[in-house]
Amino acid sequence: MSAPWPQLCRDCFAWSEAPTQTRSGARCPACGSRRTVAHPELRTLGLAHLDCDAFYASIEKRDDPDLRDKPVLIGGGRRGVVAAACYVARLYGVKSAMPMFKALSACPDAVVIRPNMAKYRAEGHRIRAMMLELTPQVEPLSIDEAFLDLTSTEALHRAPPAETLARLAARVERELDLTVSIGLAPNKLLAKIASDLDKPRGFAVLGKAEGRAFLAEQPVGILWGVGPALQKSLARQGIAKVGDLLGYEELELVALFGSIGKRLYRFARGEDPRAVEPNAPAKSISAETTFEADLDRPEQLAARLWPLCEKVSRRLKAAGVAGHGVALKLKTHDFRTLTRSRRLSDPTQLAERLYREAYAMLLAEADGRRFRLIGVGADLLVAGTLADPPSLLEPERLRNAKVEQAIDAVRAKLGEGAIAKGRGWPKA
Amino acid sequence: MKLTIERAALQRSLAHVQSVVERRNTIPILSNVLLDAGEGRLSLTATDMDLTIVEVVPCAVGEAGATTAPAHTLYDIIRKLPEGAEVELSTGGDGGQMSLRSGRSHFTLATLPREDFPASTPGELPRSFELQAEELKALIERTRFAISTEETRYYLNGIYLHAAQADNLEVLRAVATDGHRLARVQMALPSGAEGMPGVIVPRKTVGEVYKLIEETDQPVRIALSETKIRFAFDDTVLTSKLIDGTFPDYNRVIPANNDKTMEVDCRAFSQAVDRVSTISTEKSRAVKLALADGTVTLSATSPEAGSAEEDVPVAYAGPALEIGFNSRYLLDIAGQIEGNGAVFHLSDAASPTIVRDAADADALYVLMPMRV
Repeated sequence: MSAPWPQLCRDCFAWSEAPTQTRSGARCPACGSRRTVAHPELRTLGLAHLDCDAFYASIEKRDDPDLRDKPVLIGGGRRGVVAAACYVARLYGVKSAMPMFKALSACPDAVVIRPNMAKYRAEGHRIRAMMLELTPQVEPLSIDEAFLDLTSTEALHRAPPAETLARLAARVERELDLTVSIGLAPNKLLAKIASDLDKPRGFAVLGKAEGRAFLAEQPVGILWGVGPALQKSLARQGIAKVGDLLGYEELELVALFGSIGKRLYRFARGEDPRAVEPNAPAKSISAETTFEADLDRPEQLAARLWPLCEKVSRRLKAAGVAGHGVALKLKTHDFRTLTRSRRLSDPTQLAERLYREAYAMLLAEADGRRFRLIGVGADLLVAGTLADPPSLLEPERLRNAKVEQAIDAVRAKLGEGAIAKGRGWPKA
Repeated sequence: MKLTIERAALQRSLAHVQSVVERRNTIPILSNVLLDAGEGRLSLTATDMDLTIVEVVPCAVGEAGATTAPAHTLYDIIRKLPEGAEVELSTGGDGGQMSLRSGRSHFTLATLPREDFPASTPGELPRSFELQAEELKALIERTRFAISTEETRYYLNGIYLHAAQADNLEVLRAVATDGHRLARVQMALPSGAEGMPGVIVPRKTVGEVYKLIEETDQPVRIALSETKIRFAFDDTVLTSKLIDGTFPDYNRVIPANNDKTMEVDCRAFSQAVDRVSTISTEKSRAVKLALADGTVTLSATSPEAGSAEEDVPVAYAGPALEIGFNSRYLLDIAGQIEGNGAVFHLSDAASPTIVRDAADADALYVLMPMRV
C-alpha cells in the first residue's frame, strides 16, 4: 500500500488525506464540500495554467443577469466567428472560433453580443494583477489565460502552490464574479492540457507519469506547435496519436520532421523544458476584421484596411514599439488564408506607412477574388524610439507623424469617432 | 556534343556564369547552364530571366552540339577535380544525359534539351559607349552600399546611371539611395553616352558586373536601351533588364546651403566612430557628434552597455552643434573616401549632411541625421 494521497478542499482550503486514490477526491472532512482535489504530487507541483471560463460571455452575463440562463455568443455579425460561447450555448454544440452562421444554425435562440474588448481587457488585467501578487513568473498567453510558475513559493505564501492557486480561483470568483479553471502540472505542456480537463470552474492535476499515459491516447494535434501541416506529415508516417511517437528515437524524429522532432520526442514523454517567461515580448501586433458580405473591389478592401492600420498604429504607440515588417492577411470566400509580408526601410509606428505597405500588397492580390476577411500586422518589433527616422526621400514623414499625433489627441479628448480620414469611409 | 577542355578554364567560366543561377528555381531549366560547343570554343550561358551571362572559352571540340546541365552541380564537380586536370564532356545520341570524364572520375548528369533554354533577345541597344574597368568599378564601388533593399520602392533597388550637367560639364553619374543616405559619383561623359536615357541597373546585376570586372583590365563596352543594358568585356557578355521605374529627383535632397564645414582626418575619424559605436545598441547604432572649435566629441550611450566618448581633432570654426548619425552609415561612407580628408557640410541636427572626399570632387554623399 502506498501512502494516502494529499487532498485539498477548494472551498475552505483545508488539507486532508484522501480515503481513496481518486483524483476528484472525497468530501472535505472540515467543511463537507465536494469540491476537493487529490493527487500524490499535490503538495509539490508548482507550474500552473490558468484559463478563464467562457471569459467574454461570462463577463456579459455577469453584467446583465437577464442573460444568465440564455445561450450567449460573443462575436461580430452573422459573418464573423464566435469569439466566445457561454456554457449554455455549448450545450448546443457551439464552440469558439466556429463561424457565426454555423453557430446560429445550431443554436438559433442564442443572444449575439458584439465584443467589448476594452471591458474584457480591463477584467483580464485585474486577474493578471492578482496573479502577479503571487509571483512575478506570470506568462500571459492572451487576455484570459496565463502560465504561472509557483514553484518555490511555498515559504513565501506559507502554502503549497496548489493551495495558493485554489485561493486565487476563489478570490477571482469573490471579487470579479468570474470563474477560472486551473491546471497544475510539472511543466507547461501538461499544465495547459490539465486546465482543460475539468472545465468550467475546474482544478485538475496532471503528474508526469499519468500525463504521459493521458497524452498517448490523444491526437498529435494536442501538442504545442503541431498544426495542420505537421499533422499531415505525421499522418504520412502513420503517426496519429501522441503515443505513436513513442516508437521513434529522437534522431529519427529530427530526421523526419526537422528541429521540431526534438520537441516531439520530449512532448510525447510528457516532458517540456520550456520555462515560464514573464513579459515575453509580443512578436507582432495585428488587427483583422471579417466582412458582413464578401468584398472584391480594391477600394472597398482598402476602406476596411485603413481603420485596421490605425488600430495597429495606436497599439504600437501605446506599447512603445515599432514594426520593421508589415504583414497583410486576406481570407478568401472559400476560407483560404493568404499572408504577404514586407520589410520596411526602417521601423514604423505610423498608420500612414503601415497602410502604404499593406495597400501595395493588397493591390497585388485584389484581382477579382472575393474576400471575407482582411487583416494587417506589424512584426519584427523594435523599440519605439527607432520609429520613423527622418528620411531623405520622404520629407512628408515628419508631417504625417504630426498629423497622426493631432488625430490621436483629438480622439483622446473627444472620442474615437470624433475625427476620421475619408479613405476609411465605406465604399459602395 | 563532344569536347575536351582544361579544368582551370572551365572552372573560371563556370564560376562566372553559375553565380547568376538562383539556388531555388520553380522553372527547372533555369537551374541549368547552356553549353554550346563549336569551332574550337565552348560558350556557356546562364540566366535568371532578368540577367543573362554568356562566356566563351577555348576548347578542343570533337563534335559540335549543345545541351543544358545543372549549373551548380557541374560547377561543384569541376571545382573538386584536381588541378591541371582535363575534362571531357560528351552527350549521347538521345541527349538525355551528359557524360563528364576526367582522369579516373566519371559522372553522368541529367540534361534538358537546349531548345527549352530561354533565348535571350536583347533587341536594339541603340546607345553604346566604353568605360575603363577601373572607371566602372569606381562608379559601382562608391555607390552600391547605398542601394535600398526595400520592396515597395523597387525603383531604389539599383544604381541610377544617367548623363547630367555639372558646372557646364557633361558627366556620367551613378546615384544610389535608400532614404538614409545617398551616394552620387560622376565622371566625364564618355563619347557615345550623350543624351543616354537615365537607367536603373538592378542590385544583382551591379553585383555580378562588379565581380566580373574585378578580374579584368580591359575596357568594358556598355550598350543600352530604355529597358536593357549590356556589359561586354574579354570573352564575357552580361545582359540585364533594367528596373522599370522612375528614380526620384535626387537633386531635391542634396542640400545647397549647408554653411558649417568640418574637415577631419578620415582614418582617425572612422576608427574613433568604430570604437565609440561598440557601445551603441545593436539596433540603433547611434553615435552623437558634438562639434566645437577644433574638436568633435563622439559619444554613444546605451541603457544596457554603458557609454563611450572620444575627442577627435577637426578643422571646424562654426558654432557648437550636436548631431547624431547611424554609425554604420558613417563608416560606410568613410570607407569610400580614398584620400586622407573627409569634409562634412552641415546645417543643423535635423537636416541632411553632405560628406565629400577632400581629394576627389567627383564623389558626394548625403547622410540623414538621426535623433539622439
